[in-house]
Amino acid sequence: MIFQDIIFYTFSAILIASALGVITFRNPVYSALLLVLSFITCAGLWLLLEAEFLAIALVLVYVGAVMVLFLFVVMMLDINLDQLREGFWKWFPFGGLIALVMVGEISIVLMGKYFGLDEMPSPKPHAADYSNTKELGRLIYTEYVYAFELAAVLLLIAMVAAIALTLRHREDKKIVDPAKQVNVQKKDRLRIVSMPVEKKNS
Amino acid sequence: METIQQYFVQFFGIQWGSMLFSLATNMIFIFAIVVPLLLGVAYLTFAERKIIAYMQIRVGPNRVTFFGIPWLRGWGQPIADAVKAIMKEIIIPTGANKFLFVLAPVLTIMPALAAWAVIPFSPELVLADINAGLLYILAMTSMGIYGVIIAGWASNSKYAFLGAMRSAAQVVSYELAMGFALVCVLMLSQSLNIGDIVSGQEGGSLLNWYLIPLFPMFLVYLISGVAETNRAPFDVAEGESEIVAGFHVDYSGMAFTVFFLAEYANMILVATLTSIMFLGGWLPPVDVMPFTLIPGFIWLLLKIAFILFFFLWFRATFPRYRYDQIMRLGWKVFIPITLVWIVVLGLIMQLPESVRSVFPLNIWF
Repeated sequence: MIFQDIIFYTFSAILIASALGVITFRNPVYSALLLVLSFITCAGLWLLLEAEFLAIALVLVYVGAVMVLFLFVVMMLDINLDQLREGFWKWFPFGGLIALVMVGEISIVLMGKYFGLDEMPSPKPHAADYSNTKELGRLIYTEYVYAFELAAVLLLIAMVAAIALTLRHREDKKIVDPAKQVNVQKKDRLRIVSMPVEKKNS
Repeated sequence: METIQQYFVQFFGIQWGSMLFSLATNMIFIFAIVVPLLLGVAYLTFAERKIIAYMQIRVGPNRVTFFGIPWLRGWGQPIADAVKAIMKEIIIPTGANKFLFVLAPVLTIMPALAAWAVIPFSPELVLADINAGLLYILAMTSMGIYGVIIAGWASNSKYAFLGAMRSAAQVVSYELAMGFALVCVLMLSQSLNIGDIVSGQEGGSLLNWYLIPLFPMFLVYLISGVAETNRAPFDVAEGESEIVAGFHVDYSGMAFTVFFLAEYANMILVATLTSIMFLGGWLPPVDVMPFTLIPGFIWLLLKIAFILFFFLWFRATFPRYRYDQIMRLGWKVFIPITLVWIVVLGLIMQLPESVRSVFPLNIWF
């Protein structure tokens, strides 16, 4: 058990440190990279909870795809840091208020007195061949199928909307149809002319 | 094995002893995988130079030999290259971000090696036999792109940055097609465990391999694998004639070599995965006498070598894709093919038992 405790505390320390780094570093690229680190440590913590499907899906989706595009954008932006830091004190009371509300809400949930978390049994350890992916799939496609389909349709709508909003039809674009390129024949492009041999002028 | 474990327990106590014992055995297994892998990478570069040379009617490397033995001429070349790379200076450009510049090669090779933890080499020979093995591999290979992006940004060079951007867009696009192709494999095998996927292809002959019911997926996976490893003809991230050498243009010495090692280790990984998912892994092509005598590990190696030959062949044969055509192939060709095939497979799997038991569907479903 002690080994798991060591891992838990190490991972939590890294998670908190990197999450703090995300909001304190001046360089946005560092912030994005630290966010990646916090996702990975978070996945490690979820693995400790035997939620291996969710942990690996977190790495696969957020680290493997979302953050790559995020970094992509952050690196391309030419951000003026001084401009960004202007008005910090102006917005500080507002931000502080939101932070306080969030801390309050989280502590109400986690204190356990109101939600009975102290009576919650710890999760049952499963055998090594227990497949959490299979269980999750079964739940998603049977009990929660409508909620799942609804979420999927919502995401699809968002995707179509994002593409529709950014789609521009340009008149001057030069697009070649690859099928035409592949089907091109020698006689379409090449013309062999016969002409008399030219004499060298001397 | 047992006696060594008891020795550990006696020496360190019951709790720490067994933990240190498993740590020690795992370290030995990791070395047993990584050292042959890196040797394989070294000789893959040699094989690449030789094979492409013969395809272009040249000779290839034919000088460096061991102890002056004449028939080993050329075989010392990878070792000589490695020694040369180690001796060279690592130059960090002015204006580069030093920390990230050094971190980038490490981030590239780490996932390339870590993914090997769940690869089974024979029914028993696997370091970590986990249930979500295939997901783990997908997660690990998707992390490899960070090294490329960070290298491109940290070098503080326009060429490197352009290469990194191209590579990021390309890898993210082809990962989707690759993932969907693997979803088809999962539908047939009904398991994420890689050992189970191979044993799902058991049944006497190569007709049972997933190659046949999933042939379009095999092509999609193989081509996406070539794109994923940034190999020719999809090597716009390096495109010598356009952006010098892409993301690693400012790297020298061992730092460059680490990128190189990671690229080849990824090639071997994709070849291994293709042979496991579609070509039956360690299973012999026909389950009759002369073939079953050869151990499964050798069959797996032969299949990996076969797929790797394709990688080299592609590089010697095809001209480089134009960037917009790469994107078109990934998004408009591969993803629709995989989506249609998923639906087709799902429909076949939902057919009544009496229809599915008709030849040839009864082989796979």
